[in-house]
Amino acid sequence: MNKPVTVADALRLGGVTRRGFLKYCSAIASLMALPPASVSVIAAALEKARRPSVIWLSFQECTGCTESLTRSHAATVEDLIFNAISLDYHHTLQAASGDAAEAAREAAMHDNYGNYLLVVDGSIPTGNPGYSTIAGISNKDMLLEVAAGAAAIVSVGSCAAFGGIPHADPNPTGAVSVADLIKDKPIINVPGCPPIPAVITGVLVQYLTFGLPQLDHLGRPVAFYGQSIHDRCYRRPFYDKGLFAESFDDEGAKKGWCLYKVGCKGPTTYNACATTKWNNGTSFPIEAGHPCLGCSEPDFWDAGSFYKALSTPTGSIGATAVYAAGAGLLAGAALGAVQRSRKNAAIRKHEKIGIDDLTQES
Amino acid sequence: MTDTDFLLLVRGPLFDAATFILCAGIVVRILAILLMGRKKNLAEPRGSAVTGGFGTMLRRSLPDAGTFHRSGFTVIAGYVFHIGLFVVIFLFVPHILVFERAIGLSWSGLPSNIVDATTVVTIIALVAVLIHRFTDPVKRMLSTFHDYLVWVVTILPLVTGYLAFHRIGMSGPAMLAIHILSVELLMVLLPFTKLSHAFTLWMARWYNGAVAGYKGVRS
Amino acid sequence: MNRLESIPVDVQNTASLTGNLLPLLHELHHALQTYAATGATHSIDLNSLPMAPEEDAQLEQLLGGGEVRAQLQALGNSEITETAIPGVWRVTHRNADGAVVARLLEITDCPAILKTQHQDLADGVQRLETLISEGS
Repeated sequence: MNKPVTVADALRLGGVTRRGFLKYCSAIASLMALPPASVSVIAAALEKARRPSVIWLSFQECTGCTESLTRSHAATVEDLIFNAISLDYHHTLQAASGDAAEAAREAAMHDNYGNYLLVVDGSIPTGNPGYSTIAGISNKDMLLEVAAGAAAIVSVGSCAAFGGIPHADPNPTGAVSVADLIKDKPIINVPGCPPIPAVITGVLVQYLTFGLPQLDHLGRPVAFYGQSIHDRCYRRPFYDKGLFAESFDDEGAKKGWCLYKVGCKGPTTYNACATTKWNNGTSFPIEAGHPCLGCSEPDFWDAGSFYKALSTPTGSIGATAVYAAGAGLLAGAALGAVQRSRKNAAIRKHEKIGIDDLTQES
Repeated sequence: MTDTDFLLLVRGPLFDAATFILCAGIVVRILAILLMGRKKNLAEPRGSAVTGGFGTMLRRSLPDAGTFHRSGFTVIAGYVFHIGLFVVIFLFVPHILVFERAIGLSWSGLPSNIVDATTVVTIIALVAVLIHRFTDPVKRMLSTFHDYLVWVVTILPLVTGYLAFHRIGMSGPAMLAIHILSVELLMVLLPFTKLSHAFTLWMARWYNGAVAGYKGVRS
Repeated sequence: MNRLESIPVDVQNTASLTGNLLPLLHELHHALQTYAATGATHSIDLNSLPMAPEEDAQLEQLLGGGEVRAQLQALGNSEITETAIPGVWRVTHRNADGAVVARLLEITDCPAILKTQHQDLADGVQRLETLISEGS
């Protein structure tokens, strides 16, 4: 069999007909919220797009991101693209191991230097290099080496994008994100714990068809991370009406009311969960009755309690107020005594109180 | 610092500090006023200080015809933004949760679209008040830097809250953090500016009324 | 699944209607008029338009079923049906799991995906040639 050159070739060799290809392009357009008229543009671009060589590096991670991508049970339209790319190195998925695996990585880098796509999941420890190594190479060294020849980097998952859970307080390994170490390459952040599989593939398609996507200030593609969970949440009408679940087993929870009071981070979280959903569009956490944890935002693990409302202070404000009142009583009593004695002294001296003494401001 | 760190900072240590300054500051200001002491009035009372005090508290809260005729705009705009502030601060559910967390009391809020509309009306009223302050020659002459400062710290939480609610301009965490920060600025400045009238208003009115009531006149 | 569904969770959909149905009908009307006059086709992605389930059902009922119902088997099933309004087609793409991946309304005389794709013609020619050479 000839090695397929373009993405469309790869799909055709995989038995996908032209109609299937067009249908796939329709699904992609719908996923990316592009107008249906762009289907032909996507199709034309995918026909020409060279089948990219992809090197996937996994550092300090739990493999949840790879699981997210590969655990769809049947062949879905979304994971076709994954078959169309040339995944030359992924140490969890590849059959080769040991020297052969590293040889595959080096061969892919050599053959496609400057053109391959680097996908990273997991954060990189900057403390002791021995915290995480692959084939005896520290994560940092491997990232710097592979990134040098990459056309672009996709940071999949919150660990690669923002440091994620290894970065959580107290960050024992000195974990950092890809963007903390690589400054001279375009980096597309696809955060989430894990990211939605359709979004991972959608980003790859977007890169293949239109090049680098438009990114927000956190490096996330606007097409998928452009709207907050809250704004697209089907429970939003309850928020607007003031109908809230107060706990996880009250009437409000059973009626599917808004989860803001039990700590939902939807209003400050940007992701496609509320529209694309999970498990082939079955549901998403809020639909299952759990507040959004905000996993596609930086430092979500340390962003206050998962179950405290977003607007509330994190400290014990009642106690602060009591201490403040105590301190205020002491200071006020002292100030009052001083003012009173000054006033009495003034009366004794028969001084007139002028306007300046009566105004305390300015 | 990431947006999330920023939000955590304003929800945590900064809110604690602002609460401390607000509570301590208000207690100091009220104590200082009360402990100044008042000379005992030796004159024979000609009326009830208590009745006069409460009467004035009520009367000064309602515009009389003369004031309304002289400065109707100030009265209406003043009422609008004060009532608006009350609705926005005390009847928006996310705000009620803050009070619940601070003092343990909770009450039911209004639907968010009503609070949203109230916010807009309140902002418009505050802008109108500022324009009036600029254009009215008497008011302009009486105004000091202090007056403009308290106007800014009052309208900032409204504007940032509106932007945060509608997620205009910045990402959710950053906008919410800026909103909370603007509220903390208000909390810190409140005891030490004219804004302390939120706490001293009623006792001042009562005192005015009581003094007059003792003399048997209406204030 | 049956056991999950037996959990008595009472989900009440009191969410208000989005009010997007009437504007959608106007868009269809305009697009159909344009198509009749100039031959310019148009498609609407129903997934991009938030609509309450009631409104979806109402749209389904208003557009009705027309004379053509086609099934497409490519990467899962797709249903392509003409509505009761000639020139307005409903295209629903499903993946191999049966999950809906795209829902479109197309204003055209025949959705392009129904036609034999010219890129596949060469394969057809080759296949026929193989059949003939095997037969002879």
